[in-house]
Parts: sequence; C-alpha cells; structure tokens
Amino acid sequence: MTLTAQCAIVGVGQTVYTRGTDRSTLELHLEACRRALDDAGLTVADVDGVIPSSLAQGTVEDFIVNLGLRDLAFSTSVQLGGASLIASVQNACMAISTGVASCVLIPAGRRGYSGERVSTGKAVTAASMATVREFEFPLGNIGAAQWFAQAAQRHMHEFGTTSEQLGHVAVNSRANANLNERALMYGKPMTLADHQNSRMITSPFRLFDCSLESDGAGALVIVSAERGRDLRKPPVLISGVGISHSDSPTSITQKPHVAGVPAIGVAARRALGMAGMHVTDADCLIIHEGFTWYVIAALEALGVVGMGEGGPYVEEGHIRLDGRTPVNPHGGALSEAHVSGMNHIIEGVRQLRDEVEPARQVDGCENILVVNEGNFFDGAVLSLRRAS
Amino acid sequence: MREHPGGERGQLLRRCRPVLATCVMMPRPAPEPTSLTRGFWEAARRHELVVQRCTACRVYRHYPRVLCPDCHSADWQWTPVSGRGTIFTFTVTHRAFHPAWVDRVPYVCATIELDEGVRMVSDLPAEDTARAEIGMRVEVFFEEQPDDGATLPRFRLCENPPAYVVHE
Ligand SMILES: [Zn+2]
Repeated sequence: MTLTAQCAIVGVGQTVYTRGTDRSTLELHLEACRRALDDAGLTVADVDGVIPSSLAQGTVEDFIVNLGLRDLAFSTSVQLGGASLIASVQNACMAISTGVASCVLIPAGRRGYSGERVSTGKAVTAASMATVREFEFPLGNIGAAQWFAQAAQRHMHEFGTTSEQLGHVAVNSRANANLNERALMYGKPMTLADHQNSRMITSPFRLFDCSLESDGAGALVIVSAERGRDLRKPPVLISGVGISHSDSPTSITQKPHVAGVPAIGVAARRALGMAGMHVTDADCLIIHEGFTWYVIAALEALGVVGMGEGGPYVEEGHIRLDGRTPVNPHGGALSEAHVSGMNHIIEGVRQLRDEVEPARQVDGCENILVVNEGNFFDGAVLSLRRAS
Repeated sequence: MREHPGGERGQLLRRCRPVLATCVMMPRPAPEPTSLTRGFWEAARRHELVVQRCTACRVYRHYPRVLCPDCHSADWQWTPVSGRGTIFTFTVTHRAFHPAWVDRVPYVCATIELDEGVRMVSDLPAEDTARAEIGMRVEVFFEEQPDDGATLPRFRLCENPPAYVVHE
C-alpha cells in the first residue's frame, strides 16, 4: 500500500494576515476552519477528524465544542516543531487511506505579533526545548534568529556565502509579495540596497533576513482523492509526503553539520519516492523559511544544487518567478505572513487550482513541493499534484 | 569666574542617575537543573567544568543524556574537561531576545567546540565582541550570578593558548 494520490486537499481557508489583533489564536483557527470547509463545499457535519496545531497549543476539545462536532473518529497531536503541519497532513492521509477517518480538518497559525513575540523570551515553551532552556538560555542563546544565524555564519565560513546572496532571497520574496494582495508586505517594494541597509538583528541576519512577526491562521480540509472529485473546487492530490526526525533534535548547536539541513533531503527523498518524482519535476518550490538562509540551505538539501552552491544560485536569479526553480510565489514567511507554514500549503493548492493573481501564477504548474523546517533542522516535505 | 567643582559633579550625577537606574541589569534566565544535570551545575559552582563520559566506551557527551547513544550503556561519570576549545560558529546579537540582554547588546553568542569534542554555548565578554571569528581559541571562566546563586561556565577569547592534548 502506498499513500500516493490516495488523498486530496479539497478546501483551504485563511484569516486576514495582520500585525496586531484582539482575537485569540483559537478564534483565528476557527475562522480559518469555517472558511476552508466553505471552500470545499462541506460542512462541520462532514468532519470526522481534527488535528489541532501543537505549535499553537491547540486542543481537540476546543474544536469539538466550538464547531459542534458530534462524532469525531480521529484526532492526534503531532510534535515536529515547525514541521508539524506537513507531518499532520501525513497523519491525515494515513487516517483516511486506512478508513479510520473520511474528512480531516487541519488548522494552524499564530499570533506572532500580538501574542508570542520573540523579544519577550516567552516564545519557546515546548517540552523539546528543555535542553536549550537549561544550557543555552542562561548563556544568551535564546532566539531562533540566533540559532539559524549561527548556522548561516558557518555556511558562509565553509562556502563563502554572502550577505548579498541572503538578500537575493529576501528581494525575491518581496517582489512576489508585491503581486499578492493578501501579503503583509504588498505595496512595500524592497531592493538589495534596502536589504543591505536594514539594521543588524543578529549577524549575519539583518532585519530583512527575518520572517514577519504576524497574526493569522489557515486551515486545510483533506478527504480521499475519490471523494475529492465531486466537491466544489478541483482537488489537489497529495502525491507524496515524508518527514525526518534527524539527529540532535534538542539543540541546533549539537548538529554535526550545522551548515546544512540534511533531514530535508531525507524527507524529500521519502516524499518524492512516494510520488515517483525527481526534484526537478517540481514546477515550483514553496519553502517555509524563518530566515533567508534557510531557502539556500533547503535548495542544497533538496538536491536542486550541490552543497555550498545555493548562494550563487539565488544570486543568478534562478528562484525568481521566471527562473528555473521559482520559490515562494506568495512571498513566504518573509513577506506574506508567518502562519506556521500554513500559508505555504495554501499557496501550493491555489497555484495548482490556477486561483492566484495571474502575474504570479507559475506557468504550466503541475507539481509543487512544499517544505517545512521543524525543531532543529528536522523536516517535512509535501508533494502536491494537479488532478488530471 | 571659576565654576564650583562640586556643583559640576552634582550636575553630572543628576544627569546620570536616571541612566544608571535603567542600567541595572536584569538577571539572566537561571538554569533549572534536573536529577540528570545537577552534577554539571554543582561542578560549575566549584569552578570545575565537567561533562558526562561513558564508562563503557569512554565517549564524552554533552548535553546530558540517560544512555550513551553509541553503546547504550547507562553507566557514566562526570568527567573534568580542559575548558579549552574553538569557536565553531557564532553570531553577534544586536537585538535582545530576552529582557535580560537589553543592556548587554551587542554581544557574541558562540557555539564552542571543546578539545574533547563536545559542544557548549556561551556569550563572550564585551571586550571580545569586535574580535570573535570562527576558529579562534577560547577558555572557560566561571561567573557567579548574584541573583540566583547559579555559577555559569562562560568562555572568553584566549591568546596563543597551548594546544590541548587529550590524555587517555
Ligand atoms: Zn558508550
């Protein structure tokens, strides 16, 4: 038995993305769920599975009582840090293809601006962070930006990657966001000089190397591919999904290869193997990037380029919409919003439905890979395909 | 006409007092040791740097774990290490990610590879901020925290240290 093309994403929904909200994370998730069901042409009566977001400390009970779910057959809690979302899609596919559930709802999102801002020191509470809290917080290694900055610094040291090359990732995301009316940075163009002049946060990361602190949520509805044919929107097939819990998941500083994200490569081989694809078959890559450097590292881990070649690759413009490997046509977490990777899957679905603004529609888009980073370089990769 | 020196100093103090008031540094987040990790912090209080070492296969390990991931032995001992190492990677942090560092930025946060092969994290003293590079040699020092009584093993750049040799 294989999971390939057994299931489909048939509904997507999201709240407006903001910097500032009075609404709770749960309120945002519930709005996204209702929109996703409406998008699919389904109702809460169809839902028999929910996977709440571990990142948002979601509980299934909140969804049962608020949505009035009468008979939930399946729920689980997925712990893969930022990669939990794609890992949740994997769980939904397993539940549906084995008959445990028929319609699974997956919400995600956060109040990264109004709630868990990084400067408060309150952002890191997960149990898996106990080692970092005990041995690194007292010594000043506290923010995710510092962890990834040290990886980027090592990448620069080993391969000569430059700040300008990081800047090309930021500029690409911003250019795409300026074609996307939902993006928080819509109407705010950025040049490479703007990137280079933005203030240093934690070297080598400048302000424009960091993803947005934003509020918002999204949700997915997943059913069997067969059932998906009869619903409101064209189904988007889940052709492959893979995760990897790699070595040293309790601190980035303990990774043997700090300058790379090899677990993404392992997860991608699982997803691509399931889909019967090679990475070059993907028409577009959507990479959940807390920081610009992560796009470069992911391109290398996926095998789009060799180790150390990611910097020159982005500098040469290959990740632009008209390039060889378009990356993040929505603007990503750098310029659309940071919604725990949910906006990245939603963009994949909309690209494959031809629903996005024509200016940023990837030509002839049939296959998309979505990449999640989680915990410390753990990873998850989702392969989406247009239904024929 | 000469200005009264005392008055001048008084003015200076008045100007500085509000600044000084905001300069009182917030305490660092304190380690909360567990039964597994307590020995590390107790050794630090004695100004000794220790890590776990597997009794069966002699491999050093850090951060603390219950089992040796190499041979699965549950037997280990806290073992003193040299306290010397090399900067494996680092970042110069300009924005505080916790209120305790608001008055300490910019500072270097470094991942240190000890000569015994394990890695630790430390912020470097302010005088090292402009000089830190990957590959530079560092040595441990111990700093008592006034507020919570913890002793933190921290690292600083050291000049031309002798290469440390691991003796079996
Ligand atoms: Zn051992």
